[in-house]
Amino acid sequence: MKIMVAVKRVVDYAVKIRVKPDKTGLETHNVKMSMNPFCEIALEEALRIKESGLALEVVAVSMGPAQCVDTLRTGLAMGADRGIHVEATGALYPLSVAKLLKALVEVENPGLLILGKQAIDDDCNQTGQMVAGLLGWPQGTFASKVVLDKENQVATVDREVDGGLETLSLDLPAVITTDLRLNQPRYATLPNIMKAKSKVIKKLTPQELKVEIRSDLEVVQVTEPPKRKAGVIVSSVDELIDKLKNEAHVI
Amino acid sequence: MSFRMRTGFFLQTRTGCGSTTGPVSRVLKYCNSRSLAVVPQGGNTGLVGGSVPVFDEVIINMASMKNVVSFDKVSGILVCEAGCILENLISFLDNQGFVMPLDLGAKGSCQIGGNVSTNAGGLRLVRYGSLHGNVLGIEVVLANGDVLDMLGTLRKDNTGYDLKHLFIGSEGSLGIITKVSILTPPKLSSVNLAFLACKDYSSCQKLLLEAKRRLGEVLSAFEFLDNQSLDLVLNHLEGVRNPLPPSMHNFYALIETTGSDESYDKEKLEAFLLRSMEGGLISDGVLAQDINQASSFWRIREGVAEALMKAGAVYKYDLSLPVEKMYNLVEEMRIRLGDSSKVIGYGHLGDGNLHLNISTPQYDDMILAQIEPFVYEWTSKHRGSISAEHGLGLMKANKIFYSKSRESVQLMASIKKLMDPNGILNPYKVLPHSLSYS
Ligand SMILES: Cc1cc2nc3c(=O)[nH]c(=O)nc-3n(C[C@H](O)[C@H](O)[C@H](O)COP(=O)(O)OP(=O)(O)OC[C@H]3O[C@@H](n4cnc5c(N)ncnc54)[C@H](O)[C@@H]3O)c2cc1C
Repeated sequence: MKIMVAVKRVVDYAVKIRVKPDKTGLETHNVKMSMNPFCEIALEEALRIKESGLALEVVAVSMGPAQCVDTLRTGLAMGADRGIHVEATGALYPLSVAKLLKALVEVENPGLLILGKQAIDDDCNQTGQMVAGLLGWPQGTFASKVVLDKENQVATVDREVDGGLETLSLDLPAVITTDLRLNQPRYATLPNIMKAKSKVIKKLTPQELKVEIRSDLEVVQVTEPPKRKAGVIVSSVDELIDKLKNEAHVI
Repeated sequence: MSFRMRTGFFLQTRTGCGSTTGPVSRVLKYCNSRSLAVVPQGGNTGLVGGSVPVFDEVIINMASMKNVVSFDKVSGILVCEAGCILENLISFLDNQGFVMPLDLGAKGSCQIGGNVSTNAGGLRLVRYGSLHGNVLGIEVVLANGDVLDMLGTLRKDNTGYDLKHLFIGSEGSLGIITKVSILTPPKLSSVNLAFLACKDYSSCQKLLLEAKRRLGEVLSAFEFLDNQSLDLVLNHLEGVRNPLPPSMHNFYALIETTGSDESYDKEKLEAFLLRSMEGGLISDGVLAQDINQASSFWRIREGVAEALMKAGAVYKYDLSLPVEKMYNLVEEMRIRLGDSSKVIGYGHLGDGNLHLNISTPQYDDMILAQIEPFVYEWTSKHRGSISAEHGLGLMKANKIFYSKSRESVQLMASIKKLMDPNGILNPYKVLPHSLSYS
């Protein structure tokens, strides 16, 4: 079996996000970009499945500008066998990414497609669900545990839902999206970085995959959330009640 | 009786546009007239007891002087009050696209005034040099309350004796620093960090030499720790994991590069690391792929001091030594002490600075007698310094002769006498007791 993993290049988790002065989006110039942490977890899971002998190949795929190759290189250095980069320069929204992924799945025929549950830049949490819908595959989202049964071609997925844990059984091929507690991703070791040098990253375009990138969304304006006002310390219970009544109007 | 004066109280007297230095000046003037001893206190993170009152000194805590006075985006010159916490300055500058030329494990608490007073070195000295180079000016209050305005913002100024250098590293014994002007380099966007394993000390040393030669223009830190240090961190600090599979590595090195071109820098570092691995200088290693990973590697190096504190009693030595001899001392110490204690070595290899630490379940005079004066004599014999970056404070004041000649120390005592005739500024610190109270 082959596993396909989608990895996204995003503003590094530890960087303080800044909105561009013209409010058209986030400042990404001179800002550290890294692999989306949920995608790292997705890749780690794929690698563990492969290492346990249940898969033969892990293919990392990424969509976006030329620098996505750096993110794919990180994926290869973690242990992915090869990479595919779909070069697209404009804004990419979840539906377009899902269509591209569907097209790639049709070329590669993986038994499992693993994605992060969301990317930390736009926090959309849509791509996995959309691609499962487009492919007509079962989906196990927010996975915190994945167990594969090779013989019966079934994946058992524990997912973190509001009420606790839910366990699903998915017939393969299937889509899984990963939650934070699924695993702890490995570091890129020097021997693996060395091996990654000879691994291939194939470049494709949306045209080659016959996907039209059309934006159904229009971003009107990006602004920072309003700043939280500093709290006040009151000197007595009476003052607190007075403020709750007459200033906050909550009691 | 010892009592605590808080600057919070002083600063309430501050006037709209005037400086906040006035209160410090008035306190010193008063204390001097009454011969009351004072201890300047920054973030209290110093490691040699410099900020600790010994008998009845008045504590002058600088925490309320925490304002940035000005920042010039063209020259990168920051002028700020002495009580600014280093980490706050780091984030202030980050917003402006600049960095502080120093960084150290205690950044969350230590103050720039404390850093300048101890001439702190830290993790980036190999790149940006010492505070003697980066501090362009200071404002300082003398023992008699006079305010000395040397708050220059010039890179070059050869007019007479450069007095600010007397205050950099004099640990509050000559005056209280109230403001600092410091040259800050622009922040470069591409930072890479590798955590590496080396089989022996000689490989670490060769790796340093190679790194300086081949990564010169981007090298920003070269730190090392032995496997005993790593074990201590893994055992005593929560949430720290070994980036490498547990195995027989004896030494670990952190190499950081800072440059302006992400892909060029990374390629250069990778090529360097791979070559060093093929050449056998590195036996294994990992390269941080994002800031989070980099922080977790730094946490290991920066966490050694904290882990030592949790492990029990600790005898700390901060030594400058010729790099090639540095680790011999750790090994000799291990032989001397046998199983009675854990001897660990780590530090700023790039600067020839060893942190030798001896960790024991509790303080024990028998063990101390095995360590001292051996460690000082050894250092002195190899023409090292018995205090590379922490200063002398209370704990090492009497050891100064291991590193400085009698004549130099005598001149220091004369300077002290001239500037602080009543001996009110941080007494019992820095200079040997035999000289300062004769
Ligand atoms: C975890 C940890 C890591 C460290 N790492 C390093 C390191 O890598 N490199 C390094 O060099 N040091 C290191 N140190 C020690 C270092 O000296 C201090 O952390 C720091 O520089 C002291 O600043 P502070 O504000 O805490 O000063 P304090 O400890 O409060 O004072 C230090 C000395 O300076 C004097 N002083 C303080 N403020 C003033 C002032 N405004 N005017 C005049 N005198 C003043 C005090 O009287 C005292 O003598 C480390 C310490 C810790 C706890």
